[in-house]
Amino acid sequence: MANERSAYLQSFPLFMIMLIFLVIPTLMIVIVSFWDYNSFSVIPDFIFDNYNFLLTSPVTWQAYAKTLFYAVTSWAITLLIGFTAAYYMAFHLRTTKAQTICFLLATVPFLTSNIIRMISWIPLLGRNGLVNQMLQSLGLINQPLEFLLYSDFSVILAFVHLYTLFMVVPIFNSMMRIDRKLVEAAIDAGASPWQVVTHVIIPLSKSGITIGTIFVFTLVMGDFITVRLMSGGLSASVGLLIYNEISLLQYPAAAAGAVTLLATVLIMLAILFRFANIRKDL
Amino acid sequence: MLNSNRRPKSFYFLTAFFALFILFLYGPTLTIGILSFQGPSGGLTFPMNGFSLHWYFKLFEQQAVGDFGGSLTRSLLLALAVMVATVVISLSAGMAFRKKFKGSSVLFYLTIVSLIIPSILISLGIGLLFNQIGIEPTWYGSAFGSHLTWTLPFGLLIMFAVFNRFDKSYEAAARDMCATPFQILRFVVIPLILPSLVGVGLFGFTLSYDEFARTIMTAGSKNTLPLEIFGMTTNVTTPVLYALGTLTTFISFVVIIGTLFTLHLLKRRRRRISGGE
Repeated sequence: MANERSAYLQSFPLFMIMLIFLVIPTLMIVIVSFWDYNSFSVIPDFIFDNYNFLLTSPVTWQAYAKTLFYAVTSWAITLLIGFTAAYYMAFHLRTTKAQTICFLLATVPFLTSNIIRMISWIPLLGRNGLVNQMLQSLGLINQPLEFLLYSDFSVILAFVHLYTLFMVVPIFNSMMRIDRKLVEAAIDAGASPWQVVTHVIIPLSKSGITIGTIFVFTLVMGDFITVRLMSGGLSASVGLLIYNEISLLQYPAAAAGAVTLLATVLIMLAILFRFANIRKDL
Repeated sequence: MLNSNRRPKSFYFLTAFFALFILFLYGPTLTIGILSFQGPSGGLTFPMNGFSLHWYFKLFEQQAVGDFGGSLTRSLLLALAVMVATVVISLSAGMAFRKKFKGSSVLFYLTIVSLIIPSILISLGIGLLFNQIGIEPTWYGSAFGSHLTWTLPFGLLIMFAVFNRFDKSYEAAARDMCATPFQILRFVVIPLILPSLVGVGLFGFTLSYDEFARTIMTAGSKNTLPLEIFGMTTNVTTPVLYALGTLTTFISFVVIIGTLFTLHLLKRRRRRISGGE
């Protein structure tokens, strides 16, 4: 039908971009992950050495453990903050104008460079940073706290700073679609405000929570810039291992790492997608 | 809780929480904004050692910090191109998804995968692909494509939200008056969804302008701004870094405010047109 033909035509540019810049490159990574390499070049081959080395190296397992630790911790904190912020905007602000203003306030920082936002923590958290100076002048500590910068603490802090918005937006969206009559009914039936939140609002914003979770998990799992900058090179994530191999031009090794990371992320997503029908909820 | 006029105690608690959250979001950026005006002998932390534009001038001295002007120009041009392509392709695909067509769910999930696949994979894959087929990666070629894999999913999702709320009777009315499909698009659909299209463009622009991970292996021999900044974080230890951060943040803000202002004008114009009839 003409209708269907025009749909093909209209979706063609998107399809081509996804084919050339997503599907084929991903296949390329899979192929190259079986190739051989030396210090000068990559050599087309079919060997399992890259995977063999990757999966038997304790460095890989440590990096995965670290990355999962970052992902789970950042997820828990962003969920807590994101849910509370979204709940405040959706249920405690009465006018659309107030909601829009608060929403914009929360969104604007997202539009400036991630790297800049990471660097911004350095003058605050460093040895002579603002936080240490303040705590010392208040007499709370005698010497600067060393764990503030270049530590797991600063990595997770940066993740929370960068990604909480990815929780706020979908949760706020699903909260705005909750019928306010349900909340009133719960109150009329004698529910306390806390019960309203746990029995009505949380179950009904499940899809928003899931979408936010998908975002935060996948962003943290693949990250290498935040980990490198905020840990000061003291910590390694899966993404950072891949990035380092790219820097050393060990492309087949990097590709094997990338395929493993992709498989891990896809398995996690398969589990998460059981909690939400993403196409329906958008 | 919702309709009573007295605010519950939780309201004040949550307001304080939200204010702290906003402070948390803005605090660090404001800090480097202030520190970028350090005097010439000032360092990376407080106290301020005088007040000057020294580090901003330093930024534009070619040899001191690399090719700042060139990378800024490249990033702006790339972001503009990505912006236009994102608007056109998202709109077109958004229209397609309103109809049924074979493979629509495959294309949809492909786009979602593009959004959540780790950026470094895209970068590595495109870099390898271009290497193998013997095309030099460039910021306006391969980086352009890799940025689109990041901006198009956002664009498409926004278009979904827009067309979900779109009243089809306007199109039907235009069709009854014998408008061609192109006329319907040009005179009915686009004017109605223009604010959202501007939003998609703004999203595309800022996402591309800041994109680092998808650019490292795809930009070729010439740096874009985020690559330049990343390079600086490893070898520059003066407030010139803060000056750069503040300046790029400022540029983002100018773009955002400019766009919001355009939206405001569009809204006013539309009100005037509909009010005049």
